[in-house]
Amino acid sequence: MRPDLEIIEQWIKPGSHVLDLGCGDGTLLDHLQREKQASGYGLEINPDHITTCMDRGVTVIEQNLDTQGLQNFDDQSFDVVLMTQALQAVRRPDKVLDEMLRLGREGIVTFPNFAYWRLRWYLMRRGRMPESETLPHKWYNTPNIHLCTFKDFEALCHRKNFRIKNRTVVDGQHRDRWLSRLWPNMLGQIAIYRITRQED
Amino acid sequence: MPDSLPPDSVGIVTPQTLHFDSPLTLACGQTLDSYDLVIETYGTLNADASNAVLICHALSGHHHAAGYHSMDDRKPGWWDSCIGPGKPIDTRRFFVVSLNNLGGCNGSTGPNATNPKTGKTYGPDFPVITVQDWVHSQAILADRLGIECWAAVVGGSLGGMQALQWSLSYPNRLRHALIIASTPRLTAQNIAFNEVARKAITSDPEFHDGRYHDFDTLPRQGLMLARMVGHITYLSDASMGEKFGRELRDQAYKFGYDAEFQVESYLRYQGERFSESFDANTYLLMTRALDYFDPAYEFDNNLAAALTQASCEFLVLSFSTDWRFSPARSEELVNAMIAARRKVSYAEIDAPWGHDAFLIPTPRYTDIFGAYMGRVAREVGA
Repeated sequence: MRPDLEIIEQWIKPGSHVLDLGCGDGTLLDHLQREKQASGYGLEINPDHITTCMDRGVTVIEQNLDTQGLQNFDDQSFDVVLMTQALQAVRRPDKVLDEMLRLGREGIVTFPNFAYWRLRWYLMRRGRMPESETLPHKWYNTPNIHLCTFKDFEALCHRKNFRIKNRTVVDGQHRDRWLSRLWPNMLGQIAIYRITRQED
Repeated sequence: MPDSLPPDSVGIVTPQTLHFDSPLTLACGQTLDSYDLVIETYGTLNADASNAVLICHALSGHHHAAGYHSMDDRKPGWWDSCIGPGKPIDTRRFFVVSLNNLGGCNGSTGPNATNPKTGKTYGPDFPVITVQDWVHSQAILADRLGIECWAAVVGGSLGGMQALQWSLSYPNRLRHALIIASTPRLTAQNIAFNEVARKAITSDPEFHDGRYHDFDTLPRQGLMLARMVGHITYLSDASMGEKFGRELRDQAYKFGYDAEFQVESYLRYQGERFSESFDANTYLLMTRALDYFDPAYEFDNNLAAALTQASCEFLVLSFSTDWRFSPARSEELVNAMIAARRKVSYAEIDAPWGHDAFLIPTPRYTDIFGAYMGRVAREVGA
């Protein structure tokens, strides 16, 4: 189990009804179904991932966030809406965040931090679009079309009046390091945010 | 005629006829005092009878879903692509039951059978059968076979409707329902096509109000036309285009009205063959069963409310070029399942063959189907 998924798991109450946007091969949902008796669905478009989900018994719906949206889901019909490592790949991350909090009481989002010092250093030294183990693609073929920094994300949350319930940063191996907690926007590679519209 | 059977075939199979003597009350209010069901089975039922899979057939289908009846058979059963050793419904793991539904014309009691009350062929007096009635009779069949709970009920098209109805009528008697290229109810356009088919049959002078057997004749023209219309709705524009294009049987136009284009002669040939082998009254009955199916009807047209009766897990599959029961219809069903918080997985398979794609083993289709059924097998210890 990847450490970031372990962190997410801690935030999910047993028996939660969960929607996982871009659920990949269903690792997280499979784990939540077993360990937290969670119900719910994963949305995915990659055919191989969908087949893997079916093989392991994860309820997966083939649905494209960009072209089909999430209109088929009712307001506040989930306890938690998850999106791990997919925010940067959608056409309108701001609208997807709105939708996440329309459908769920809270949202959990993970994404790569573009202000990570190695990426800054890469750009400064070479003058070329950074590539790393978290962002291995070329600028022209990357699925990551909306990269942002932690500060950017928090500014967006502030503008939309989302409350950040928890924030954790991890390194490329998804480990929680004290250094990255000290100066997240510079030293954190991947952010895990837990957001809500509600006050309590 | 094959010299040897393919290794992934269930091999030579023999249908069995089961007779039932307890009266079956139908949705229309009538009762069938006794009836026969013809079935085939493939694979072996395990000790706790947990590995049984029911196959439900579509409009013109029957019990012969897989394998061959003899070494002289030109073609295997209608879903041989998906049933057999190593195929999505793996007969090394599952005990597969396939039947000819009531009202059919392949051996189960239907309009072609003799009415015990009159000693004459039922013909048009055979009651209209609904999807609920079929599922009811299939549950009685399960009792006879000693199957308390199906590992899965599987069907395409009208067969998918039966799988869905199973989940509502007998929620505790199936673990999974696989609903393929189907719909929660027909649209006006679907009903319109059925009406054209029925009108073609009933307006044939040889139809004689359904009593053609008494006149020693068959409404061949009408049934042929019905099949030709139906056949078009099973294919896609693209697949017809690829198969026939505008190809002519001879080189030039003949400035007449006989079948000049290949597509015309194909439809006529298929229609003629069908009209010799299928019963016209059964065709009317099957299309009406399609029209009537609408599980939301009794729930104020709220499909999600209807689905709260179900407790099994669902797999719904659609095909991109299916315009008879388009992906949008499957999504309507899936969305209602989501609203009812049922366990459902869904995929739209990209395939060019229209509605018929559910019979054709495209790699992604068989991968998903196989992955899902593999997981069902593990779940029941098969």
